[in-house]
Amino acid sequence: MATTTTDAAGHAAEAASAPGMPQLDFSNWGNQIFWLLITLVVIYFVLSRIALPRIAAVLAERQGTITNDIAAAEELKAKAVEAEEAYNQALADARVEAQKIAAEAKAEIQADLDVAIQKADAEISAKAAESEKAIAEIRAGALDSIKDVADATANEVVAALGGKADAKAVTKAVADRMKG
Amino acid sequence: MASEAHGAESGGLEFHPMDQFIIKPLFGGDIINWYTPTNVTLWMALAVVAVIALMVVGTRRRAVVPSRSQSIGELAYGFVYKMVEDVAGKDAIKFFPYIMTLFMFIVFANFLGLIPMSFTTTSHFGVTVVLALLVFLTVTVVGFVKNGMGFLGLFWVSSAPLALRPILAIIELISYFVRPVSHSIRLAGNVMAGHAVIKVFAGFAAIAVVSPVSVVAITAMYGLEVLVAFIQAYVFTILTCVYLKDALHPSH
Repeated sequence: MATTTTDAAGHAAEAASAPGMPQLDFSNWGNQIFWLLITLVVIYFVLSRIALPRIAAVLAERQGTITNDIAAAEELKAKAVEAEEAYNQALADARVEAQKIAAEAKAEIQADLDVAIQKADAEISAKAAESEKAIAEIRAGALDSIKDVADATANEVVAALGGKADAKAVTKAVADRMKG
Repeated sequence: MASEAHGAESGGLEFHPMDQFIIKPLFGGDIINWYTPTNVTLWMALAVVAVIALMVVGTRRRAVVPSRSQSIGELAYGFVYKMVEDVAGKDAIKFFPYIMTLFMFIVFANFLGLIPMSFTTTSHFGVTVVLALLVFLTVTVVGFVKNGMGFLGLFWVSSAPLALRPILAIIELISYFVRPVSHSIRLAGNVMAGHAVIKVFAGFAAIAVVSPVSVVAITAMYGLEVLVAFIQAYVFTILTCVYLKDALHPSH
């Protein structure tokens, strides 16, 4: 019982020294301020001497790396564009060359062809003239033969009808008929 | 012992939400001198260790493609750097290590304070007042060094009608001197209130019927506190930047 009382008394004393809020017990402010100032000074020196310069350097380095990388990427991109242009140029050149070669070959073939065609035309026209001549001969031959046959036939027909025909007159008549 | 006796008197329920903030010497004894290592010392030292672990050990490989810890370190760096640059301006960059120190200390003190059974150094006005006063003094000194007496133009609102200017000057002056007060109480108050509320909910957990509700409430509160831990560090830092901007460019 006695101990409880003393404890209570002790608590009362404590409560008196720290009335409700320990924050308002000004007797230990000196202690807090002392340790706080030490803490702040230590943090300040750690930050300003080591941590902040280090982080600033890292951030600057990162920024630099990123900038460099972007520059390198841009350079590579420019190179790629250049290469593509060169490729396209080569392609266009090759195409032009191919077209030229094709046109040349075509012209050569055309020339050969023209010569051959001319030759063939000449041959054909020669042959055609020959043939025409032959046909004309044949036709002339045929007309003579027809005349002979017509004469003979006419003489026979006149004879058959009982006439006595003058061979010359018949021939003349046949020739007139055949003309008309 | 004392708290047990106290709890017995109030019938099983123990509400000591503020006990977590009591400063105790680490190695026994009752007397706290200015140099005595206390739980404040321990948890501040842990904050230092955490800062070193993240910002020095985590970035030791200096990799162009960062590891996870280096990524977080760089994220913190970029976060505060951009804040200083955007809010306070380019010429405030030379204060960046100082502002980074404040941010890293507060954010780690807040998060370490969320570990169960831990001690939250930023819940003490003694700590936050010093932080706020350091900012206040820095800003005031920088303001006068950079602008000379022109810094007083901060209080002379030249865009207002002439008749109003003296009144506005008084208001501006008061608000200027209230800055460190609000700056410090905002941080400590938020952190302390959250921790105290969690402790109150935890106290209710002693009643079996209420305990599920209590556990859910503690969980929700804890989530909120995680948010508060970061947001308060952010708010403290961004206000520092705003004050610094006033010092560097005092014209309204």
